[in-house]
Amino acid sequence: MTIIRDLTNGIWKENPIFRLVLGICSVLAVTSQAKNGIGMGLAATFVLVCSNMVIAAMRNIIPAKVRIACFIVIIATFVTVVDLIMEAYFFELHKALGIFIPLIVVNCIILGRAEAFASKRPILNSMMDGIGMGIGYTLALLVLGSIRELLGNGSVFGVVLLGPRYVPFLLAILPPGAFIALGLLLGLMNKINTKLAL
Amino acid sequence: MSQENVAIRENIQDLLDSRVVVSVSPHIRNEVTISAIMYCVLLALLPASLAGVYFFGFPALKIMLLGIIGAVAAEAIIQTLLGQKISVRDGSAAVTGLLLALTLPPTIPWYMVLVGSAIAIILGKSIYGGLGNNPFNPALIGRVVLLISWPVQLTRWQNPTYLFSKSIDAVTAATPLAILKNEGLAGIADVRLLDLLLGNRSGCIGEIAVLAILLGFGFLLWKGYVTWHIPVSCIVTVFLVSGIFWLINPNQYANPLFHLLSGGLMLGACFMATDMVTSPMTSKGMIIFGMGIGLITIIIRLFGGYPEGVSFAILLMNAGCPLIDKYTKPKAFGRVP
Repeated sequence: MTIIRDLTNGIWKENPIFRLVLGICSVLAVTSQAKNGIGMGLAATFVLVCSNMVIAAMRNIIPAKVRIACFIVIIATFVTVVDLIMEAYFFELHKALGIFIPLIVVNCIILGRAEAFASKRPILNSMMDGIGMGIGYTLALLVLGSIRELLGNGSVFGVVLLGPRYVPFLLAILPPGAFIALGLLLGLMNKINTKLAL
Repeated sequence: MSQENVAIRENIQDLLDSRVVVSVSPHIRNEVTISAIMYCVLLALLPASLAGVYFFGFPALKIMLLGIIGAVAAEAIIQTLLGQKISVRDGSAAVTGLLLALTLPPTIPWYMVLVGSAIAIILGKSIYGGLGNNPFNPALIGRVVLLISWPVQLTRWQNPTYLFSKSIDAVTAATPLAILKNEGLAGIADVRLLDLLLGNRSGCIGEIAVLAILLGFGFLLWKGYVTWHIPVSCIVTVFLVSGIFWLINPNQYANPLFHLLSGGLMLGACFMATDMVTSPMTSKGMIIFGMGIGLITIIIRLFGGYPEGVSFAILLMNAGCPLIDKYTKPKAFGRVP
């Protein structure tokens, strides 16, 4: 049962974006399009799951004093893997995400889960936590990216939804629009959670 | 209970029995209410609004009505949704809506006015906790969001069409400041200062008629709801800085009077910057605030990408307002620092 709880934990109750508010920098930067949001989310999920598992497996042999450095080395390994794979097979997406793929190394969610969860729990639980957090992160990016792309460009995933007469609301795809949209979604999340008394 | 305590107790009882009111500060009370001030501001904006209608005809009137209706409706809706007391009757939403409309070009599509006034109320005011808690001027938040989102529609100007003229066609024309930015001094060679003073030029609905703005502002000054510090320090700063550049090279920089009378400087300095909620409390702070607005405005006009910078200048100084208040706080009487 704890495995299921670890999995669902990251999707809503401790959603990394809307509840923990971690790793906001890349979220704000890449969500001007839904496609970029999904790409970033999946890349971070892969790194999260793999690094969580490896760190959980090595949790008893990593010296406590240099644990952060060890975590970073493990995370950086997987980020390099993702970076090179994306460059080889998803070149356009890789170009659109730019520096934010290498920056997954210092993403607070991944280091946070390593420190708070994977370094203290068995491999299976850590994997589930990684998957759950990854899904939560990807969903948050998808929602934010879709809203911003719809308002700022009239389309979602490049599919035009609002027709040729729609005058794009440019603020939504500009940096301030990212802050405003994230803030409003956070407020909405809090409101829903108070209603559900979570 | 000792004798002394009984005596004190009797004294307090006497005090409570008498008509003396015991309360915490503030102790200075006044008949003036929020709504009284707001309706006076609406009245003070009347000359500039009428001038806008005179120069741009019924489209200007339509935009102003849309702005007011949009702002009042947005406030009523958001307060209902948030379960707050509905306070649209105090007139502050109407002032925000009208101020927003006065800063828009007369050719703007109707739905942009509604979006702008809704954003002004919701993102500019309600989200911070309503009237009195907003750090930024709500009307300017609305205007800047519109300007960033729809730059084409927000900078489509036209020459005055006049309310009673026979001609129906409006002539598209850039504002004097935009001409100055794009074509240099040669473009504004035949702009007459009297036209700028009266408002006979292209521009936002409410910013063109400088004389009408000053008339309305004079009324507010006479009522005592605003002080002279912010507008005067702002305008003097613009005059001095643009004057220095004009003296250095009169062939490259426009003369300071042109800078004073064009763009939204007068409307911004008199009605936007003096917003009680978003401006400093002490007169020293107000002067610093006004000087900052003037300086940022003239820097944007002379060296920035936009032809006009009053809205940005006021919003930037709004952000600095708590800091100004902190450093200009008067020393408490008798206290040694």
